[in-house]
Amino acid sequence: MDEVILEGKGLSRDFSGVRVLFGVDIEGRRGEIHGIVGENGAGKSTLMNILAGILPPSEGRIIFRGKEVVLTPQLAKRLGIILVPQELNLVETLPVYENLFLGQEMRRQVFLDRRRMIERSREVLEILGIGELDPRTMVESLSTAQKQLVEIARVLLEQANVVIMDEPTATLTEHEIEALFRQLRRLRNEGTCVFYVSHRLREVKELCDRITVLRDGHLVTTSSADGLNEAEIARLMVGRPLDAFFPPKGERSNEVVLEVRNFSVENRVKEVTFRLFRGEVLGFAGLVGSGRTELAEGLVGLRRARGEVFFRGKRVEIRSPEMAKKLGMVYLPEERKSSGIIASLSVRENTTLMVMEKLAAPFIRHREEQRITQEAIERLSIRCKSPEEPIEFLSGGNQQKVVLARLMETKPWVCLLDEPTRGIDVNTKHYLYNLIRELAREGWSFLFISSDLPEVIGLCDRVAVMHEGELVTILEGADINEEEIIFHATGIKGRVGTYE
Amino acid sequence: MSRVLPRATTKSLVGRIFLERYVLLWVILALAVLSASISPAFLKIQNLLNILWQSSFVGIIAMGLTFVMVAGGIDLSVGSLTALVGGIMVLIINQISIPVAIMTGIGFGILMGFLSGLLITKGRIAPFIATLGTMSIFRSVTLYLANGGEFRSQNWSYTAIGMGEVGGVPIPVVLFLFYGVFAWILLQHTRFGRYVYAVGANERSARYAAVNVSRIRILTYMLSGLSVGISAVIVSSMLNSVSSSTTGLGFELDAIAAAVIGGTSLAGGRGTIWGTVLGTIVLSIISNMLVMLNVSVYLQGTVKGLIIIAAVLAQRR
Repeated sequence: MDEVILEGKGLSRDFSGVRVLFGVDIEGRRGEIHGIVGENGAGKSTLMNILAGILPPSEGRIIFRGKEVVLTPQLAKRLGIILVPQELNLVETLPVYENLFLGQEMRRQVFLDRRRMIERSREVLEILGIGELDPRTMVESLSTAQKQLVEIARVLLEQANVVIMDEPTATLTEHEIEALFRQLRRLRNEGTCVFYVSHRLREVKELCDRITVLRDGHLVTTSSADGLNEAEIARLMVGRPLDAFFPPKGERSNEVVLEVRNFSVENRVKEVTFRLFRGEVLGFAGLVGSGRTELAEGLVGLRRARGEVFFRGKRVEIRSPEMAKKLGMVYLPEERKSSGIIASLSVRENTTLMVMEKLAAPFIRHREEQRITQEAIERLSIRCKSPEEPIEFLSGGNQQKVVLARLMETKPWVCLLDEPTRGIDVNTKHYLYNLIRELAREGWSFLFISSDLPEVIGLCDRVAVMHEGELVTILEGADINEEEIIFHATGIKGRVGTYE
Repeated sequence: MSRVLPRATTKSLVGRIFLERYVLLWVILALAVLSASISPAFLKIQNLLNILWQSSFVGIIAMGLTFVMVAGGIDLSVGSLTALVGGIMVLIINQISIPVAIMTGIGFGILMGFLSGLLITKGRIAPFIATLGTMSIFRSVTLYLANGGEFRSQNWSYTAIGMGEVGGVPIPVVLFLFYGVFAWILLQHTRFGRYVYAVGANERSARYAAVNVSRIRILTYMLSGLSVGISAVIVSSMLNSVSSSTTGLGFELDAIAAAVIGGTSLAGGRGTIWGTVLGTIVLSIISNMLVMLNVSVYLQGTVKGLIIIAAVLAQRR
């Protein structure tokens, strides 16, 4: 079982003259799940892209089954090296099954064999635990999690020697993650080598046979998973011990900032009622598709909604994000790439986008704009070459910080954060938790939507749980624990009485 | 994806900016040297002003179009709207007065831009289709109003605009330069300009960032209408008449070509006024050169097409 399939020796990579990967050695063995962990910008994605043939290394060699190869995407495909990228890569306007078979369509003579492809797709979706999804559904109408699963399902259809997964579970629910893990273990047992990149240390520890830790583009160690516990992995990643992961919770005031009564959004959110206090971090837990995103989008006027909303005591009718911003309520969207960043614009332009009216009266004060950007870069320790660098060249975590900085510049009363820590490294997460707490102490209120239970539990003052569009309960104090949340989120515990 | 990634990241940022910003200046310089070697007359001030004068009417339209294109749209109706606005101006000159004609004409251009914008944002029609429709409508109304012929102004003082000069510089050139400064400030130094880039680069993210996407879109079409209005003043006053069938014909293609040569992306999010101005001048120099070289009129389109393709390819590298 120790046969090495894919090996990288002394891999280095430069981007515009800046070295991001320094002579990393890595080997993928037959029948192993090899975890790759590291902070944002540690070089994980770069390393994986090199191993998948998408990026050529600046230095170093790649050896496949003992023979040195120069990988290209085409060669990688022929050798059975498959990458599931972090960012979704599906054709939105094609149905699920056509996406699954893109480039390897089943045919009967010259015609597409639709029936067989649909059947085969159905099997694969079933295996992944989403059998209820019709393969003929258009991808654009799927949720993020479903898209992610479709992306993963592609791999199961192919004969793979090496599978590289970059943060596959970021959007998935516990249930879906389990199904995914079963499949990865099956692939391993059949002799495939799986590279598994993740920020979730518990997952990595649970799933992987060996773990490679990267820090700032250097290899820290590769070791058997048995020899490491989560805390040790985290320490290796950060280079220092992480104590007190979550900041202490705050004392919220009794001042209600946002009150929502019988709020319904399209047919996705049903009659939701809750109050958000000044200086409070109110968590929103629930399964994917439980209506949390739709609720937030309804609140800032991105979706049609019914019901009453009181903002700082006044009844308001918010019909657009613009109105919400004027009142002092801003929303951080779930999908960073498509709805958060503006890829081709610079870090500076992305940062100040929501405060242009303060900066431009009527002409943009460029120096002031640069000052604001510089401050944001320092305050959130955003890693970029310069404020003028297009945001698309930043790592995911740094992009997220820029989008957060954009919201923060508006100095809002209420921030609606939708999965703000998705795909972000431990250090940045830690940083964000502290930032949110600090701002809450200053009187900002947060609606914190997250599928990462430990963070919801560790960070939030109260936790609202949604199930199929309804707000089932709001947990407080000692009731905030994993079990209670899961019971309510899955509908095992139903709606009892009314909650505020 | 796999092909784009390495190229976008390996190319040095400085190198890309250098190319994008200055490649056109090199091209213009090269063309100038070439032209001057063909005919020394090229370098005469009069000829250079003539080139700018020829650039002015399409150039102004191209600047308006730059806003539309950076915001991710397109406006095919600019050529036929030039004829319609010009026609209306001439009609009003004959009935009332020149100032009223100019104000009404420009106002009408802006209004038509507003309507195109409404069709595209509220009516959710693809910009290409919506303005293809209005392009056809504007031309047909113009033809109907003139019964297929010409609008002829009876007031010869109108030509003072199109043919007149200020301190030796033709008035259209002055308008071209002033409008260029106005457009540059608007696109680079105002909130509106920044929003135009944001909407064109990622409409969804812009909407989530509380930008009123529809308003920005509509405003870009109104700017396009304004540009057409100003250009129509120049075109109609130059000859003191407007032909319902040929005035403004092909302007939309020349303007799009100028913007694209200048680095404006058809996909939105990229483009500068400076680039568009240079793009317009490149096209004019080439026409000028071809005339000097006695190249067949029929072949001029071929050369123009090749230049457009070459310019875009050069910027890709």
